[in-house]
Amino acid sequence: MKVLAELKYSKEHEWVKLEGNRAYIGITDYAQDALGDIVFVELPEEGAELEAGDVLGAVESVKAASDIYAPVSGKVVEVNEELEDAPEKINEEPYEAWIAVLEISDSSELEDLLSAEEYEKLCEEEA
Amino acid sequence: MKKTPLYDIHMKLGGKMIDFGGWALPVQYSSIIEEHKAVRERAGLFDVSHMGEIIVEGPSAFEFLQRMVTNDISGISQGRAIYTPMCYPDGGTVDDFIIYQLEEDKYLLVVNASNTDKDYEWLMEHRVDGVEIHNVSCDYAQLAIQGPAAQSILQKLTDTPLGEIRFFRFAKDVEIAGVKSLVSRTGYTGEDGFEIYFSADKAVELWEKIMEAGEGEGMLPAGLGARDTLRFEAGLVLYGNELSQEITPLEAGLGRFVKLGKEYFIGKDALVKQSEEGLERTLVGFEMIDRGIPRSQYKIYHEDKEIGLVTSGSFAPTLQKNLGLALIDSAYSEIGTEISVIVRKRSLKAKLVELPFYSRKAKKPSK
Repeated sequence: MKVLAELKYSKEHEWVKLEGNRAYIGITDYAQDALGDIVFVELPEEGAELEAGDVLGAVESVKAASDIYAPVSGKVVEVNEELEDAPEKINEEPYEAWIAVLEISDSSELEDLLSAEEYEKLCEEEA
Repeated sequence: MKKTPLYDIHMKLGGKMIDFGGWALPVQYSSIIEEHKAVRERAGLFDVSHMGEIIVEGPSAFEFLQRMVTNDISGISQGRAIYTPMCYPDGGTVDDFIIYQLEEDKYLLVVNASNTDKDYEWLMEHRVDGVEIHNVSCDYAQLAIQGPAAQSILQKLTDTPLGEIRFFRFAKDVEIAGVKSLVSRTGYTGEDGFEIYFSADKAVELWEKIMEAGEGEGMLPAGLGARDTLRFEAGLVLYGNELSQEITPLEAGLGRFVKLGKEYFIGKDALVKQSEEGLERTLVGFEMIDRGIPRSQYKIYHEDKEIGLVTSGSFAPTLQKNLGLALIDSAYSEIGTEISVIVRKRSLKAKLVELPFYSRKAKKPSK
């Protein structure tokens, strides 16, 4: 299982990559592996204002649908439409296949996210 | 959780284990889509040892079974497998299974794993003199080899000419790699293939021999995930989804396995009535028009009226479409009817299509 040191993580297995006040959101390698073949991605609406913990979208494997949650509050400023036609990118390159970009409204929430080390520990406990 | 005799093999092969009705079984080894494709194009090997086996025997066994099941087993002979539902008096379904005649007055019922105890008790409740019933599930292992290459792979391990076993027929005492087996040309994938029943203590040995024989033929071990997508594409019903205590076999589209002309069977009166009055609900297939995947229990609407529920839904790997089976108000069951499926609070368009979604080209088994 791959965990990238430079990213932040949520307990719901999303990763967050910061560029200024823009947060790229995706799901982790652990999450894609647990889900199996991903065949569908539901993206949020651009412009949507989300609170941390709100449903951001969904990914569906052959077997089941899973919600993705906003790890931090913010406005959806970009969505990765490429995933609509190629959802398998999430399996292939989970840390490249970002789902949406949030413009962060409260940067203090970032402190609630997990470091790579903490996230790795969480996965070990769940496995 | 209960383990099949192949549990260690599944772990060794990296199977992703899940709890399936109390059994620890692999949902996949590599990828559901890859395993699904392997079965459609080449072959896949499934451990289905969790399936239940019940022996019904004795001088009254035949008459007893005729009263218990909806299909007519009078055509059963050693060598022919018969698929049948079994019903409650109100027409709801106890289970659906295959019956094999092993000897005169001796029958093997292969039932859904999660229904084994319930079926056994239901049969025992109605048992009459001259009938003995035994749950022998633990004695049997079952493997299913499915796909266009299934016969050529399995033939490497036996002298019995498998081409002579026609669809829904079986042969007893076939030696597969030296293991005495019942070999049945049946399956749950919509492909050609065999189901092999044999003594549980030979499970590891036979699994390994078949895997070896499949090397170089593109065969993959396949898990429950692919088993479900394969049966779903082929329009084969799953107990608990398309059939249940609340769903009759007529509603599930299994009318050809319900012989209303038979003198008596449990549920006959209710099913005759349902048939005469017309079905209120019908099992239909649909294809999504909007983007989205239907899942079991999602609601279905026609305009503003709720008309039923999805029973099974999935991305169909062979057809590359998002499809569903649903039990809906018969008034809306015409092919081409546009319906809406509620997916995560959104109403998505779909249309009714013919079943089965997938059917392999009719081909005779090669000799």
